[in-house]
Order: sequence, then C-alpha cells, then structure tokens
Amino acid sequence: MSQALALPSRSNEDFRYADLAALAPLWPVAVEEIALGAGEHRALTITNTGGSAAVRELAITLAPGASLALHVLNASPAYGRIAVRAELGARAEFTLGAAQLAGGEATLEIVTHVTHAGPDAVSRQVVRSVAGGAATANYLGKVLVRPGADGTDGEQSVRAMLLDRTATANARPELEIYADDVKCAHGCAVGELDANGLFYLASRGLPPADAKRLMLQAFIAEAFVGAAEEEALQEAALAALEALL
Amino acid sequence: MLTIDNLQAQVADKPILKGISLRINPGEIHAIMGPNGAGKSTLGYTLGGRPGYEVTGGSVLFKGADLLGLEPHERAAAGLFLGFQYPVEIPGVSFVQFLRESANAQRKSRGEEPLSGGEFLKLAREKAALLRMDMDMLKRPVNVGFSGGEKKRAEMVQMGILDPALAILDETDSGLDIDALRICGEGINAIMRRPDKAVLLITHYQRLLDYVKPDFVHVLAGGRIVKSGGPELALQLEDEGYEAVAA
Ligand SMILES: Nc1ncnc2c1ncn2[C@@H]1O[C@H](COP(=O)(O)OP(=O)(O)OP(=O)(O)O)[C@@H](O)[C@H]1O
Ligand SMILES: [Mg+2]
Repeated sequence: MSQALALPSRSNEDFRYADLAALAPLWPVAVEEIALGAGEHRALTITNTGGSAAVRELAITLAPGASLALHVLNASPAYGRIAVRAELGARAEFTLGAAQLAGGEATLEIVTHVTHAGPDAVSRQVVRSVAGGAATANYLGKVLVRPGADGTDGEQSVRAMLLDRTATANARPELEIYADDVKCAHGCAVGELDANGLFYLASRGLPPADAKRLMLQAFIAEAFVGAAEEEALQEAALAALEALL
Repeated sequence: MLTIDNLQAQVADKPILKGISLRINPGEIHAIMGPNGAGKSTLGYTLGGRPGYEVTGGSVLFKGADLLGLEPHERAAAGLFLGFQYPVEIPGVSFVQFLRESANAQRKSRGEEPLSGGEFLKLAREKAALLRMDMDMLKRPVNVGFSGGEKKRAEMVQMGILDPALAILDETDSGLDIDALRICGEGINAIMRRPDKAVLLITHYQRLLDYVKPDFVHVLAGGRIVKSGGPELALQLEDEGYEAVAA
C-alpha cells in the first residue's frame, strides 16, 4: 500500500491547488470516519483557526434517513485543508456550510466528494471564501448521483470574494449524474466587494475598513445560516475577518 | 457653508462638470434643476467623493476647509450628507447595524462619546416616526426589497439620524407617492431647516419645492449653471420648460 502513502502530486485533481510543501510533513493524513445509522442526526463544527497547518480528511456515511450538518470555519494563517467524502443513502441529508478566510500567503481549501447512493437524498453545500493579500482559497466539489439515486436534490452554492488583485480563488463545482428526476443546482461566482455598496456606507461616515468588514461579515454569514453554533461561528469568523482587513 | 468655485470633474475620462460655481450660506435652501444628463448627480457624487469621479479643476470649501481632499467618510463626519437618487441595496447588513456604526464613527472623529445601543435605538425610532416609517424596516438589510418610495423615505430617516450640516438630496421626490412626498418634505424641513444648516435639493419638479421652499433655484445644463434665480424660477421652468427658460 505504499502508493496510498505517497504524497499526492498536482496531477491529482483533488490536490491541484494544494500547498504541497505544507502538506508533506502532515502526510499521510488519518481519515476520520463518521458513520450515522438509519435516521440518526448529528451536527458537527470544525473550526480551523490555529496558527499551524491543519489538514483533515473526513469520510462520512449516512444510512437511510440520516442527516449530518457540517459547518466549517477555515481561517488558518497557514495551510488549511478540509476534505470530505460523503456517501448518502436513501433520504439522507448532508449539509455543508463553510467559510474560508485566507490572508497573507495562506492556502485554504475545501474539497468534497458527495455521492448520492440512494434515492431522494439531499445535499446542500454553501461555501463562502474571502481571500486577501497573496492568499489562495479553493473549493473543489464533486457531486456524483449514482444510478438509481432518483429524486436526488443536490445544491452547490460557491462564492468567493477577492480583496486584492494578488489574491486567488479557485472554485470548481462538478456534477456527474446517472439517475433520473434529479434536481441539482450549482452556482459559482468569484468577485470583488460591490464598490457602490462601499461608497454608500462610506457616505454615511463609515470608514472603509469597517464598511468592508460589514459587507464581508454578511457574505460569510450565508455559510452559517441554521448552524447549531451559528453565533459562535459568526464571532470566530468576525475575529478572523478583522485580522484579514 | 459651501463654496464651490469653478468645479470641473470627469467620469471615465469624459468631462461632465465644466466649471460650476455656487455659494450656499447657512440657513439657505438651494434647488438645482436641469435636464436629464446635465450633471446634477455627478455634482452630488463629486461633492460626496465617489471613486471614479475625478476633479480636474476648481475648489470646494465646506465650512471654510477644503472638502475635496477628504475621503468620503471624512466628508460625512465633517457634516455632509448625500441622499442618493438610487439608494444602494446591501444584502445582509441591517440599517440599524450600519447606521449605529456610522453615527459612532462620525462622533468619534469629532471627539464625542459613542451612542449606546439603547440611545441609538431611541434616536432611530424617533426619526423613523418623524418619517412615518415602521421601525421594523430599519432592522432589515439596507434597502433590500424596499420599494422605490420606501428607499427614499429611508434616506430621510438616515439623514435624521446622522443630523448633517449640509444635505445634498438627489431627486428625493422621485418614486414617492403623494402622501410620502408631503411626509418627506415636512421631514426635510423638520431636520434641516435651521439657521446653522443648509440643503441642496436636486429635483425635476415643483412638487417637492411646494413643501421645501427654496431660497434659490439654479438651472444646471451641460455641466454648467446656466441660470439662477429665486423660487419663481422653478415655477417658470415648470410652465415653460428648460429650452425656453435657459436657452
Ligand atoms: N460612469 C460613467 N461613464 C460615462 N459617462 C457617465 C458615467 N456616469 C455618468 N455619465 C454621464 O454623465 C452625464 C451626467 O450624468 P448625471 O447622472 O450627472 O446626470 P443628471 O443630471 O443627474 O441626470 P438625471 O436627471 O437623469 O438624473 C450623463 O451624460 C451620463 O451619461
Ligand atoms: Mg441624476
């Protein structure tokens, strides 16, 4: 099994934009297994705001009718990678709400493989990234709808905001569908803060950094709507945001 | 209060303001009228410091100090308020949240104590009531889902909360229904008609001027003020049109 232990290269799609130098000392990464039985519900929060590189690999299995809500704040000043594989049985529900706040030279990424294995399962992924300085924020997300997974409802809403011309965002939502009657929506946008909005706020007396903070806070908040720890996440995100501005 | 001397400005390399001079004293209300595309909003934005509106000549003194060297938020703190022709929607940011921060940023720069949450809400409630706006609307995201008239009314509530020395109001009357026009007109009078304050009203119609009676009326056309007069000028314009009056 030496192959599994070898450090991935950029030709591996999942590591295309990864910070391989930061990944090397952490490799191989232990996979964290999360298996929910039929009808079981769980909420999970990952806050990655420490100073050193952090890489997580989650393997999630949802039995029929199970539901998992995963919320992620990825705001490491170094390398932060959260990779999630989720397999959804019939009527299972998987929610991912993730915010990434990348500053300095950090590379932050969320990589997901969501498989709809049974019918009528729902997956919702909302990822909001902010990148400033020379940082990079990535989202690579595949949704696979297996044959027989009819009635699948899958959503990927991916948006990134660049604060500086030197920052980078890579966003790649992908769909592969082999079933019928499938409702899959994916939206993906990389942009800058609305200049009209910033001027409007400034015209009321709000200094530029505060105007940016308010607008970015609102942007990030979309990832945490409905989270069990919504308030705590917002607060942690705000602190990370202030460090960015 | 405001002395504009031979102001020239361009947008996207296109000269729009071609030498505007205007003096507004404390206690005065001035109206600017003029055809579409004349440069009225450009004048407001240039005075407000909007990025992309480049001053190419002239000077502006506000309360005796240079205005054009200030950042937009510093102009607001100095006492300038810009009422937008098209108020901007800002998803996810509530009026209450941003106005309190704005008011306190202004106060801080003037060396005043910040308003507490309670004090701010009391002030906001008072001004919302003055403009007959439901306080709950101020808890919503800035202008999102507001009708055209509601946005204009919200502009006036903001003006009331921020209490500026000079308000430049760009077509505040457009989009307002008949009752809202009266309420906003009375609101402007209540907030701004004071010996130490002044207003520059940009409008197309006499209807707002029936409530907010101007001391001076100017016609802006082709980036210049081509005619100035008293309140009668607005009535004459309404009767005869720009072409006849300002040719
Ligand atoms: N970003 C821009 N790029 C190019 N031209 C612009 C830009 N913004 C404004 N202009 C032009 O500047 C001129 C003045 O516009 P402005 O909005 O100031 O007119 P206005 O007098 O306010 O008109 P209205 O009565 O329709 O509101 C117009 O010809 C407009 O097309
Ligand atoms: Mg205009």
